[in-house]
Amino acid sequence: MLFSPYITKPDSVSKIMLQVLFALIPGIAIYVWFYGPAILVSLLLASLTALSTEALMLKLRERPIAPFLKDNSALLTAWLLALSIPPLAPWWLIVVGTMFAIAIAKHLYGGLGSNPFNPAMIGYAVLIISFPSQMTHWLAPGGLGSAGLDFQSQLNYIFRGALPDGLTLDGVTMATPLDTLKTQLHMNGQMKSILEMPIYGRLAGVGSEWVSLGFLLGGIYLYARRIIGWHIPAIFLITLFAISGVFHLMDPARYAGPLFQWFSGASMLGAFFILTDPITSPTTPKGRMIFAFGAAILTFLIRVYGGFPDGVAFATLLMNICVPLIDAWTQPAVFGRKDER
Amino acid sequence: MLSALLAMGAIAITLGAVLGFAAIRFRVEGNPLVDKIDAVLPQTQCGQCGYPGCKPYATAIAEGTADINLCPPGGEEGIHKLADLLGTEFKPFGGSTVPKPKSVALIDESTCIGCTLCIQACPVDAIVGAAKQMHTVIAAECTGCELCVPPCPVDCISMEPIADTTGNWKWQYPVYAIMPSQTAP
Amino acid sequence: MRKLHTFHGGVHPATCKTQSNGSPIAKAKLPSKLVIPLRQHVGHSARTTVEVGERVRKGQIIGQADGHVSSAVHASTSGTISAIGMQPVAHPSGLPEPCITLIPDGLDEWMELEPCEDWKAVPHSELRHRLRNAGVVGLGGAVFPSDMKLYAHKHKIKTLVLNGAECEPYITCDDLLMRERAEEVLKGAELMRELLYADEVLIGIEDNKPEAIAAMRDAAGKHSGMEVIAVPTIYPGGGAKQLIRVLTGIEVAAGVRSTDLGVQCFNVGTAYSAWRAIRFGEPLISRIVTVTGNVESPQNFEALIGMPIAELIAQAGNLPGTTGLIMGGPMMGVLLPSDKAGVVKATNCIIAASDALFPPPRPVLPCIRCTRCADACPAELQPQDLYWFARAKNFTKAEEYHLFDCIECGACSYVCPSNIPLVQYYRFAKSEIWAQQAGQKAADAARERHEFRESRLERDKREKAEKLAAKEKAAARSEPAPVSDKPDTKPQDEIARKIQAAIDQAKAQAAEVKPKNTEQLTPQQMAEIAEIEARRARIREIAQASTDAQPRE
Repeated sequence: MLFSPYITKPDSVSKIMLQVLFALIPGIAIYVWFYGPAILVSLLLASLTALSTEALMLKLRERPIAPFLKDNSALLTAWLLALSIPPLAPWWLIVVGTMFAIAIAKHLYGGLGSNPFNPAMIGYAVLIISFPSQMTHWLAPGGLGSAGLDFQSQLNYIFRGALPDGLTLDGVTMATPLDTLKTQLHMNGQMKSILEMPIYGRLAGVGSEWVSLGFLLGGIYLYARRIIGWHIPAIFLITLFAISGVFHLMDPARYAGPLFQWFSGASMLGAFFILTDPITSPTTPKGRMIFAFGAAILTFLIRVYGGFPDGVAFATLLMNICVPLIDAWTQPAVFGRKDER
Repeated sequence: MLSALLAMGAIAITLGAVLGFAAIRFRVEGNPLVDKIDAVLPQTQCGQCGYPGCKPYATAIAEGTADINLCPPGGEEGIHKLADLLGTEFKPFGGSTVPKPKSVALIDESTCIGCTLCIQACPVDAIVGAAKQMHTVIAAECTGCELCVPPCPVDCISMEPIADTTGNWKWQYPVYAIMPSQTAP
Repeated sequence: MRKLHTFHGGVHPATCKTQSNGSPIAKAKLPSKLVIPLRQHVGHSARTTVEVGERVRKGQIIGQADGHVSSAVHASTSGTISAIGMQPVAHPSGLPEPCITLIPDGLDEWMELEPCEDWKAVPHSELRHRLRNAGVVGLGGAVFPSDMKLYAHKHKIKTLVLNGAECEPYITCDDLLMRERAEEVLKGAELMRELLYADEVLIGIEDNKPEAIAAMRDAAGKHSGMEVIAVPTIYPGGGAKQLIRVLTGIEVAAGVRSTDLGVQCFNVGTAYSAWRAIRFGEPLISRIVTVTGNVESPQNFEALIGMPIAELIAQAGNLPGTTGLIMGGPMMGVLLPSDKAGVVKATNCIIAASDALFPPPRPVLPCIRCTRCADACPAELQPQDLYWFARAKNFTKAEEYHLFDCIECGACSYVCPSNIPLVQYYRFAKSEIWAQQAGQKAADAARERHEFRESRLERDKREKAEKLAAKEKAAARSEPAPVSDKPDTKPQDEIARKIQAAIDQAKAQAAEVKPKNTEQLTPQQMAEIAEIEARRARIREIAQASTDAQPRE
């Protein structure tokens, strides 16, 4: 208590991060409902890896460990990464990804607050480039695969790489709805007939559309609690809607509709949880809108024309690069100086 | 072949003419760099750099014959500014040149004999007095260069450090730790 | 209903005002001594007009306004001047300032006052002069001499804003003043309006003070063109710039005079003091101070200027567990370096801090760019960027990002989830920039003087050479000069001899004067030394005054 102000709002980084984790729960719950508890194993593995990597890095960097471990930021990175990769993946995949995210993408850049790129998305990018095949085997939602996989078998696969007798990996997993669409279109499939495939539901993929809705719900909660602003999610979703809508109207046979884009892949997770990461997004309102706009355009382009199943991660990383420039360009006018510009 | 040579020749002549014209048209009087360096120097005119004043030192820096770390009154701050201006590396003070706390000269009036030698030495006319009259330093104008100290035949000039007052007091850089004490139980 | 405007940002800390606004203003008991700083205002220190041992009466000027921006200070009660010298004051540095110590004689005997029944007949310049001599300065915290602000400049002043918002938590002195002395506050406003030729008076009071609003509305009924407006409670809604914005929609940028935009703003307490000064001739010798926090009975006191803060706290009842004293509110207040400092004109509140009220700061984490600070900043700055620049000592960039538009309200630090002392970084950066500017100014002046000297020496040399040449010419024309080297060398010898003689004499003198600090001194010697010391002190003072000349803010 040396300088004013002597009072502070009872708010903390730790509480903010906790709120974000809390807001992920509806999406995770729906995930478990459709795909079984494998995702919980991923989340747990990622969390443990993240916390131990964080502690190790803090020790190596000679920083106090307890206050930083308690800030929950490593947990959030872990959860976001776990939610971005297939739940039915060998255990080392999530461990390697999380370690890379925390050690390289976060701590080598200076730790909390100093990383220019979203660590979870760096982890995702590293995994999808290094282990593309493991990264495309997604669990089929309940009832869709040739056979359901109970929890015991899921654990068996994750840790021992063994599936029950008579089952192949292709039998229990599938490509994501976005990936499937792209592949089918590539093979000159017709949009209408593709979307009639059993993996597609009302809006997008069976199951995944509901998970997206869960994340939307969590996002609305975050906005209501003013943990995030409206600029990034709103502009991202509106832009994605608009651009996919325009393309869809021009050629409905080749371009999926805007709602499909909204509820596929990581659109909702990205709009509310990934792009809104304060450390790697712009600080000015105008800057945030530009950032979200760019991210939406890039997401769409990568989804439609790129070689990867989803575009949110790379769009986020590409826009992360632009953040300092966007911030410098979009400095708002200050009190009493609005006529000066 | 010939046309190429001619074309190249023509271009060379044109560009040469443009450059020649520009050299005359936009000619800069004096060396602007010297003035820029001089603006950064603290103007104590103390000669501690080994040059007879700030301007000569600035000229020497501009010519590349002097180092940037020779000005103790400018402090490390001053070296940083010079390094920024010249696009060179920061260079710490060498062995004997050490910055001292800012001070002003004070004449012990009971000992002053009124010889005017200090008045002649003062580079900024900050000492008033006349022959056989007691001299005094205008503290506000004194740059603390100490040039008046050696000429005084009766050693009546001392350098008094400027005291901290509420007027020149500065807020400190906030120093806080991420409380390692709290991490230990 | 008047349409109110809003300003960006702001925070809602717990107001903590009910502790101290329940009981009426109490008159503080006469203290054992008064420590009255010569500078309690923005600008030059006042010049002492009394001597140690002199008896003064209540209201007598003991420090005369000195310089363009300055104000007088007065004896707060009758008594004897016991000391004039450096004493601890309410300044965050803890450095002492010149103060006058007055021992009250208990008689509380006023000097003859010059009341003025019909002030409207007095010329404005005279009214301003009286305000200056009465030591009336802004009581909201800025303590700018009020006479300087009561000019109708080139611009027509449309609105006089009276600030009764009192947005800082804990402070209730304006609240109580408005409840109890509304009529006199408004008469002061009338006086100010007259001096400014302003059309309307808008009195802004935050809506968490219903009693004050009611009392002021009641009193305002008797005046025309005055409106009491309840403004939303939000910190820092009582900042002059913010209140002007809320009431008029005008934004006054940093470095811009509000009068240029047709608005002038005063604190309600200032209006009250101005009225007392003009109508009754009473100088500003007391003010209302909220004493709250960790004390037995938090309340408002009418305290004499100079009253030691420790004695004021004691009158509210000391409680164990007090860890420090804050002057002002918890958002912008100054932690007092000593409880021996006296109440000054800026002392609106003293909070006895305890760990229960103000827990020690939590650990600081890195900035996560969450921009809660930018959302809270009433100056619409980007505090997270300013923090970055100030931390890296990149002052050029900090200025470019409008560091000096920061009003140091503390809203950013208040909301920071990483507990970064943001305002502290801005204060640091500002004072570094000020020091650099002062250094630059001194260097420029030195350069100018040096160059002038060089050219003068050059000119002297040239003139000498010309004279010599003319002489030689003249000599050549007439007779061949009597050749002699003697006159050339003799003066040199003469000078050297004289200097040597002077040196010897001085040495002898020095030897005589040497035992300066011993006890065996003749009264004459002592008088001489005292005289010389006084002269030096004056020289130092002059030098000090000129280095202090640039007021901050």
